[in-house]
Amino acid sequence: MASPPPAIPLRIDSVFKRFGDLTAVSGVSLEVRERACLGLLGPNGAGKSTLIRSIAGRVHLDSGSVRVFGHPAGSAAACAELGWVPQELALYPLLTCRENLEAFGRYQGLRGKALHEGIAWCLEWAALADRASATVKTLSGGMRRRLNMAAGLVHRPRIVLLDEPTVGVDPQSRNRIFDMVAELRGQGATVIYTTHYMEEAERLCDSIAVIDHGRVIAQGPKEELVAQAFGSRSDVVMRFASSVENAAAWAAERGGTMQEGADSVAHFAVAKPTDIGPLLDAAISDGLEVIDVVLRRPNLESVFLQLTGRELRQ
Amino acid sequence: MIAAIVLNGFRALRRDRGALILSFILPVAFFSIFGMIFGGMGSSGTARVSVLVVDQDRSAVSARLVQALIEERSLAASTHPNEKKGQPVPPDYTAASAEAAVKQGAAPAALIIPKGFGAHPISFGPGNDRAPIQLLHDSSDPVAAQMVGGMLQKVVMTSLPDTMENAGMQYFEQFSGGLTPEQRARIDAAMARRPSAAGRTGAARDMQLIAVDVRDVVGEKHNSMIAFYAAGIGVMFLLFTASAAGGTLLDESDSGALDRILSARVSMTTLLAGKMAYSALLASAQLTLMFLWGAAVFHLDLFNHIPGFMVMTAATSFAVASFGMLLASLSHTRAQQGAISTLIILTMSAIGGSMFPRYFMPEAMQKVGLLTFNAWAIDGYTKVFWRDEPILHLAPQVAVLVGAGLVLFLIARRFARRWEFS
Repeated sequence: MASPPPAIPLRIDSVFKRFGDLTAVSGVSLEVRERACLGLLGPNGAGKSTLIRSIAGRVHLDSGSVRVFGHPAGSAAACAELGWVPQELALYPLLTCRENLEAFGRYQGLRGKALHEGIAWCLEWAALADRASATVKTLSGGMRRRLNMAAGLVHRPRIVLLDEPTVGVDPQSRNRIFDMVAELRGQGATVIYTTHYMEEAERLCDSIAVIDHGRVIAQGPKEELVAQAFGSRSDVVMRFASSVENAAAWAAERGGTMQEGADSVAHFAVAKPTDIGPLLDAAISDGLEVIDVVLRRPNLESVFLQLTGRELRQ
Repeated sequence: MIAAIVLNGFRALRRDRGALILSFILPVAFFSIFGMIFGGMGSSGTARVSVLVVDQDRSAVSARLVQALIEERSLAASTHPNEKKGQPVPPDYTAASAEAAVKQGAAPAALIIPKGFGAHPISFGPGNDRAPIQLLHDSSDPVAAQMVGGMLQKVVMTSLPDTMENAGMQYFEQFSGGLTPEQRARIDAAMARRPSAAGRTGAARDMQLIAVDVRDVVGEKHNSMIAFYAAGIGVMFLLFTASAAGGTLLDESDSGALDRILSARVSMTTLLAGKMAYSALLASAQLTLMFLWGAAVFHLDLFNHIPGFMVMTAATSFAVASFGMLLASLSHTRAQQGAISTLIILTMSAIGGSMFPRYFMPEAMQKVGLLTFNAWAIDGYTKVFWRDEPILHLAPQVAVLVGAGLVLFLIARRFARRWEFS
C-alpha cells in the first residue's frame, strides 16, 4: 500500500477576516510548497500582517481555513512546525539574549539538550554569540531585530513566518538579515516573508503574492508577474510640470495611467524604447511641459503600480 | 504664549483618564474615607468602644450600674453575645466566657462586677473586704482600656450619686465619731434636695471613686504591635507589587511578546497562572523580609510563630496576586492600570486597616473594611502574633483570602480572553 503524499507545508483556503467595517483579509487562498520562499508584497495596511497572524493561529477567522503541514493553524502540532517572527520587537528588554532565547524555547516546550542546542544555534545564526550575556536594551537596533528573529526559531521550525523583519534597520543590518534568511533556506526551511520593499521580495523570494486591500491580486514568480503585466513592453515614467492641468486626460488618451497620489506622474507601457520619441513629440505639440522621462525595465513595483495605480510605499 | 501652554495642559489632561482619576477622584475619595473615619459622617463622632459586662453581684446597685453602662453612648456594652436570628437569647457572659471573648478579640475589654460590690461600691474609706471591679482588656487596643476605665468612673458618678453620698456619709460618721442631731438634720435636708440621678451631669474627679483592677488578658508582649504594622504596611505594598507584576501582561501585549508567547505552546490559563505564581512568590518574599526585619530590629517574636506566619503569608500572597491579575486584565493600557490600581489600593488600605487600626473606626466602617484583603490579612496576623491562637483559628481568614483569590483569578481569566485572539 502506497504511503500518503507528504502534507503541503502551508495551505490557505478562502480566508476572510473582518474587523468591524474593515475587511482585512478577503478570500485569500494560497499554497506554499516545501523549501519555498513566498513573499507577501503589499503596501502598509494591505492585510499582510493579519494573514501572517492567521497562519500563526492568532486570529479567529470569519471563514476559510489555514493548515500547517495538514494541522489546523493554532493547534499544538501546527505551533511546533511554525516559527513566527512578529513585526514588533517582541522581547523581554531586561533579559539577556540567552535568557530571551531560553524563555521562548521553554514556551515552545524545549528542555535540556534540545533547548541548549537551540539557543546555541540561534546565537550563531543571528551573530550574537559574543553578546549572549548582554541585555536587550543594550543592543543596537539591528541586533535587536536579529534576536527578535532568533527568538522565533529556537525550536527549529520547518516553516518560518517573517513579518517585515527589516523595518527600521540600517542597510548593513538589512544585508545581515538577508544572509540569515538565505541560510535558513539553505537548511531547508520554508519561508513566508512579508514586506513592502520590492527589492527584498525580488532578492529573497522565489514566488510572490501581491496583496492589496486584503486580496491577492497576483501571484507567481517575479518574472511571471512582470510578463503577465507588461509582456515584453517597458515602463515609461513621464513627469510633468506641476502646473499642467490636463495631464491625466492626455495620458489616458494614449493608454497611460496616472500614478495615484502624484498628480504629475504618468506611466506608459511601450513595446520598444524608440516609442518614447513619439510620446514626447505628442506631449510637446499638445503644450504639456515634460520635466522628466525615465525608461525602465518593469519590476514588481511597476507590476503593483500597473495593477493598483498606486506605489508600494504609499 | 502662557495661555497656549495652559490650554494644552488641560486638553491633554482631559484625554488622560488616569491622570484625571488621580487628580480629582482619588483626593475626593480619600477625603471622604478619612471624613467617615474621623468625622463620623457628621453624626456621633468617635467610635463606640465595645465592652462586655458581667454582673456577679446581682444587687440593686450593680444592676443600676450595668444599666447605666448599657445606656452610656460612648460604650457599646453588652451582657451577653449577640443573639442570632431565630435563636434564643444566649446566656449572660460569665467571668470566664468574657475573658475568653476578650482573648479571641470579640471585644477589647470586659468589666466584671464582683459579689459584694453593692455593699461597698466606693474605693475610699474603711472596709478592706470590698472587691474591686475587674477590667479585663486586650492591650492590642491600647485606647479601649483607658476609655472603659474612665467611662466607668463617669457612669458611677452619674448613675449612683445617692449611693456615693450615703456611703460617704457613713464613712464620715464612722471616722468623726458621729454627728450631732442638728448636723444630722441639716445633712438629711441637703441630701433630700439633691437632684435626681438622671438630671446630674456629674463632673469626673481626678481620684478614682470605684476601685478597679486592670488586667491584660492577652498578656504582655514585647513589641507585638510590630506584627500589626508589618502586616498592615506589608499588605498595602504587596498590593502595589502585585499590580505592577500583573501589569507586565500589558507591557507584553504592547510589545507583541504576548502574541508570540500565545502562538507557542502556552495557553492563556497557563500564562495567567504562571504570572500569578510569580507574583505570589514575590509577595511571600516581601512579607518574609518585612517580618524578618521586624524580628531583627523590633524584636518581633517571629520564630515562635512560624507555622501561623507561613499559613497567613501563603493565603495573603495568593489573594493579592490574583488581585494584580484582575487589575491587569481589566485595564487596556498601563496608564489606566496605574491609575485604577492607585485608587483601589489606597482606598482598600485606608478602610482595611493598613494605615491605622480598624478599631479606631466607627462600627459601620469596620464592617466595610471587611470587604478588603487588608482587613482579613491583618486580622489573621493579629491572631497569630498577638493572640497566639492555633492555626485552625485562622480558617475564616484563610478561607476568605483563598476563596476571594480564586474568584478574582476566574474573573481575570474571563477578561483575559480579549488577548487570546483578534
